[in-house]
Amino acid sequence: MTDVALGWWGVPLALLGGAIRASTPFLFVSLGECLTEKSGRINLGLEGILVMGAMSGYAISYLTGSPWLGVLVAGGVGALLGVLHAVICGLKRVNDIAVGIALMLFGIGLAFFLGKSFIQPAAPMLPSLDLGWWSGIAQVHAALQVNVLFIVGLLLAPAIAWGLRNTRWGLVLRMVGDSADAALAAGYSVNLVRLAATAAGGFLSGIGGSFLSLYYPGSWNERLSSGQGITAVALVIFARWQPMYCVYAALLFGAAGAIGPALQSVGVTSGYYLFNAAPYLLTLLIMAVTCSPKRALVGAPSELTISK
Amino acid sequence: MLDPTPPTFGIEAISVTKRFGGFTALDQVSLRVRPGSFHALLGENGAGKSTLVKCIMGYYRADAGEIILGDQQQVIDSPRTAHELGLGMVYQHFTLVPSMTVAENFVLGKTRLPAVLNWREELARLEAFFAAMPFRVPLDVPASGLAAGEKQKAEITKQLYLGRRFLILDEPTSVLTPNEADEMLGLLKRMTRDGRLTVLMITHKLREVMAFADEVSVLRRGRHVGGGRVGEIGPRECAELMLGNAEIRRLTDRGGVPGAPMLEIAGLSADDDRGHPACRGIDVTVRAGEIVGIAGVSGNGQRELVEALDGQRPPSGGTIRVHGKLYHARRDEMHDARFYCLPEEPLRNACVASMSVAENLVMRDFDRPPFAFGGWWLRPSSFRAAAARLVERYRVKTSSLDAPIGTLSGGNVQRCVLARELGGEVAVLVVANPCFGLDMAAVAEIHAQLMEARNRGAAILLVSEDLDELLELSDRIFVMFNGRLVHEAAAATTDRVAIGRHMAGH
Repeated sequence: MTDVALGWWGVPLALLGGAIRASTPFLFVSLGECLTEKSGRINLGLEGILVMGAMSGYAISYLTGSPWLGVLVAGGVGALLGVLHAVICGLKRVNDIAVGIALMLFGIGLAFFLGKSFIQPAAPMLPSLDLGWWSGIAQVHAALQVNVLFIVGLLLAPAIAWGLRNTRWGLVLRMVGDSADAALAAGYSVNLVRLAATAAGGFLSGIGGSFLSLYYPGSWNERLSSGQGITAVALVIFARWQPMYCVYAALLFGAAGAIGPALQSVGVTSGYYLFNAAPYLLTLLIMAVTCSPKRALVGAPSELTISK
Repeated sequence: MLDPTPPTFGIEAISVTKRFGGFTALDQVSLRVRPGSFHALLGENGAGKSTLVKCIMGYYRADAGEIILGDQQQVIDSPRTAHELGLGMVYQHFTLVPSMTVAENFVLGKTRLPAVLNWREELARLEAFFAAMPFRVPLDVPASGLAAGEKQKAEITKQLYLGRRFLILDEPTSVLTPNEADEMLGLLKRMTRDGRLTVLMITHKLREVMAFADEVSVLRRGRHVGGGRVGEIGPRECAELMLGNAEIRRLTDRGGVPGAPMLEIAGLSADDDRGHPACRGIDVTVRAGEIVGIAGVSGNGQRELVEALDGQRPPSGGTIRVHGKLYHARRDEMHDARFYCLPEEPLRNACVASMSVAENLVMRDFDRPPFAFGGWWLRPSSFRAAAARLVERYRVKTSSLDAPIGTLSGGNVQRCVLARELGGEVAVLVVANPCFGLDMAAVAEIHAQLMEARNRGAAILLVSEDLDELLELSDRIFVMFNGRLVHEAAAATTDRVAIGRHMAGH
């Protein structure tokens, strides 16, 4: 294996590597939020759940020595926080967005409080698959280190898309999100379905968080997430509530995050911090381009509203 | 093996009482629907019709009384239980899930939905079902893509597909053309004749009761006040039972002849919320002292037309002129042109629900004298004085002038908006479905007010889904279909059949 000077070819390769490496949390959180929003409720607390997932996954991996147990516990903690959100939103005169913001602050605060003692020690990391074995170039190797969770996420998206169309759960979920009246008339409990959807969304977000601390960047500290949970919520709108589009959007955002380091590696050092802001600029840009005051968003579940 | 077509059954409600807080919505109501009959339930708004059927369907638990299905007493504690017993209901508001296809909507209604669906099998079953129906509904389009009439057909055929043997319909024909209504009710009537179905229909259309129902029951203020076999009881008796001794205002006579063109709409187009063209190239001229009606099944672009006229939606093309001057629905233009509007759903489109009756009544002119000095110093006492006069003159029932307008009943909100829009001198008035969901007394009042405004010289554009209302009030009638005006007729020389045919696009 040799370290070849790739020149400008290194940039697309680094972007590909970035997409594979950094997109997983986006992917899990956006798939989770997609499920929750399909039920007609927005959970803005996913940022808090992401951080809690990162902290609890890291802690469990450190304490038990099993990173996979950490992933599972992170998912469980996320599901519990999702249930908390859903239970509070199930009460009368409660606004899901306000509760989401509260949950975000609560999750982050709780994670900082409980996670203080885990900042220093090193926990066992998640393994990755080396899909670059065929190449002799070091950069290709580095780019094609693929984590198992990334593959799980890639398979999950079509599975969710299929499930929304072809299973009882999927149809009921969409009905609740699109017309609570219709769901009531058919005898389904709107609150119960939303509870399940928010818990499932929380579970996936928790797993997304564990990826942050157990694989990439691969440590627990208080600046770990830097708003990825919130970005992923915006991503769902960009993806028009379609799981497959969530995959593409997550890859795009993962790649955008790698722009700064990639350009630096080829010698473009001016504006490094500006390039690091690329994902956020991208979020703003996409929102500005795809939203219009004249049209309603295509594909939005009709029960989604800020005035409930 | 189950009998493929189990027999239908009757329902008996015995002394059903339902209270909401201190308000008694149903007071010992008894009702007997014989198996295989077509039973009409008549009553004004707030008479308790919907509450009664919701008790039967398991939405509400009655405080007293019992429901007997067939020959045994049943406790129906949820709509699911009702569905399992073979009861189905078509609601006044659509309950199809808008973003899901018709096929998905049909399958979703099943009480026992398999965990994983076999779409090939489900679609084959749907095809077989529609082969035996006199009409069909496209299966693979999202419900939001259906016209209102098609939606209602889908709602009703969905209940038949799900094998309901007792069907409750809540004002099922309000969005159908007269022909569609007759076709639909005719189908249900035949099914009751064959003993496959029993129908209980809530309505206020006496014509449909007389043409299709076998028996009728009338509710008034939560009590069962009469009924009988259709034929033995006529439309007059029914109307008297519904109204009690409430006073009905007679329509003012049409007076005077239309004058000069006042409102000229040329080539007006507007897009819907998804950015697709909704109304296209509308050309209408309304003269002073004239009511021009626009008929059409809802969803054919009327809403977008009205919103383009009242300033809620930017037009995508065409011009509006009032008194020959270009008009863009800006606030000062509205004031100068004396352009007023009574949109549909007035609480949503013409009021601020949390503001008081007085504030809503002066909303048009609150920053002009005599309500304000210099355009910014408001005089709330003058609001109240003006509002008090309007409330008095238009007989608005409100607990006080300071009550939020959202707490008023639908009829009184409509009266408030009417008072605000018709209270001064009116040159142009755009009206949309002014009587939707109002009872007979309120409807008569509003019709009289509109006719008086016409006789005073206002140019009125009346957009309505109610053909009887259009035929009664209009001088000329246009029919709107698929975003265009497709037919014009003088109201005096046309009838429901001719208009109905054009409403259906023929």
